[in-house]
Amino acid sequence: MIEIRLHGRGGQGTVTAAELIAEAAHLDGKFSQAFPSFGIERRGAPVEAYARISDKPITLHSKIYKPDYLIIQDPTLVNMDEVRQGISKETFIVINTEKSPAAFRKIFEKNTIQTIPATQIALAILGKPIINTILLGAFAGVCGLLDPKSLTTAITARFKKEVAEKNLKAMNTAYCHCNQNSEYCFSAEKCEVAVDGGQNFSVTC
Amino acid sequence: MKKFLEGSRAIAETVKLCRPDVVAAYPITPQTHILENLAEFKAQGQADFKYIKPESEMSAASVVLGASAAGARVYTASASQGLLLMTEVLFNIAGLNLPVVLTCANRAISAPINIWNDQQDVMTARDAGWIMLFAEDNQEASDLHIQGYKIAEETNLPVMISVDGFSLTHTFGQVDIPDQKLVDKFLPRRKLVSGEFLDPKNPVSIGGISSPESYILARKKLHENLIASKKNIKKTAAEFNKLFKKQSARHDGLVEYTGPKNPKLMIIAMGSILGTIRATFNEKKISDKVGILKIKCYRPFPDAEISKIILQVRPKHVAVLDRAISLGQGGILASEIKNLCPIGMVSNFIVGLGGRDVTPEHIEKIVKLSLTDKTCTTRFYDR
Repeated sequence: MIEIRLHGRGGQGTVTAAELIAEAAHLDGKFSQAFPSFGIERRGAPVEAYARISDKPITLHSKIYKPDYLIIQDPTLVNMDEVRQGISKETFIVINTEKSPAAFRKIFEKNTIQTIPATQIALAILGKPIINTILLGAFAGVCGLLDPKSLTTAITARFKKEVAEKNLKAMNTAYCHCNQNSEYCFSAEKCEVAVDGGQNFSVTC
Repeated sequence: MKKFLEGSRAIAETVKLCRPDVVAAYPITPQTHILENLAEFKAQGQADFKYIKPESEMSAASVVLGASAAGARVYTASASQGLLLMTEVLFNIAGLNLPVVLTCANRAISAPINIWNDQQDVMTARDAGWIMLFAEDNQEASDLHIQGYKIAEETNLPVMISVDGFSLTHTFGQVDIPDQKLVDKFLPRRKLVSGEFLDPKNPVSIGGISSPESYILARKKLHENLIASKKNIKKTAAEFNKLFKKQSARHDGLVEYTGPKNPKLMIIAMGSILGTIRATFNEKKISDKVGILKIKCYRPFPDAEISKIILQVRPKHVAVLDRAISLGQGGILASEIKNLCPIGMVSNFIVGLGGRDVTPEHIEKIVKLSLTDKTCTTRFYDR
């Protein structure tokens, strides 16, 4: 069983992202589960959501304390105890940031880290800082667990046509940025992300 | 068809398939997405039930009472404080022998204020005279609603289906939602007998005053009817499993034991915590010495069925995990299990109150504690 923990802030679509991961896994024919950390919902407050993917039915209902993958939607959360809880050196970490992985080496010493300037991609493509589908694209690009076609189906079903198309473009951009060796880049359009020395970046559409 | 659904959505889709005539619910917290989804179906023209939004849960329960008494198939849902506000009407619904189906999305009770999952709400309605079924997962939640209508309408007893708040109602996963045709076949229209429902063309009155001579007899009859409903619950589950060809091979029983003979410990619990216990045993490979007894039907209480299993399986010790407490007494399920076991055999742990997460590590620890310190005093597991 693969366990994925997502950290974001209220309003960033953290829970939706967990649902889309689990839904894509479902469309891949796997068993999956997604749920939020049930709190009193407030915009801007730290939020957690969880997804599990397995070849067998999932009966476990506890939260995820030792994630295989950690998706951090807001880089200002990285120092929180809740975010770092249960991280082992095997935990793969995806962070929304324009910085390079090296910038997080002190916090996540031994982990594989994938960074993605999701906010900038979102502003360039969606016109709003809504980053959840972009992080999904990055996650799908690095984890190899989700068929991009299934993610495409999940997003198409979830959003209105115009919104879905933009999100697919944003997700595609992130996917290709994180997995440049993949044969599959979404059939949707994408933008080019250039990251220079971990500090400067550009998104070209 | 196997779909990826939130628990509340799965229940709403199932209720729609059961074709209720009247749905009434108070839409404010602690309501779930079940009623939101039903409102959406109604607004989109996918369902033709009458959707009534009264001013409180007590009124919602009163609306379904009246509609059911007039011969309608009815549905409502609530939880926590909402269920408490319904309580007076819940007793009336049972006393009037009305086949109401209600979902309780189990949540904690104030004070202090807490919106999260435990089973204190439903336990407060324990003595109201309802058939009470507990779902372990969202598939079972869906299945039990279809069965619930059949049981209710065959026995003229109300059925309350408990579904753990959040850990089931707000969790997405795979749920097989059956075809409408099969549900229609399983659940034909409610059969009405002239003179047994409120009908302006054939006026009758129900729920009149009962004298000291007759009241005790009415209560005795309700008690006996509830106990007799055990066979309907079993038969309905068997018919359901046959018609819907349940691949998950659900048992037909009121209680289900999984585990070895002569286990060192038998854990007894209700609801979604069973899933976490199963996951723990599968992973930690302790299922060769510990068994799990699931209570699916809590009222009527399956005392004979539990006794039979305990005599057959012969556990050395029993631990009951309660997610509700009779304050000043102890775990509610545990005290009922203790009635069936020799003194000293049953340990009791209060766990997961107010949404406190119960993890596999906790379950493992509780197993160890139960085997090393067999005290029967109620213990809070609050780590």
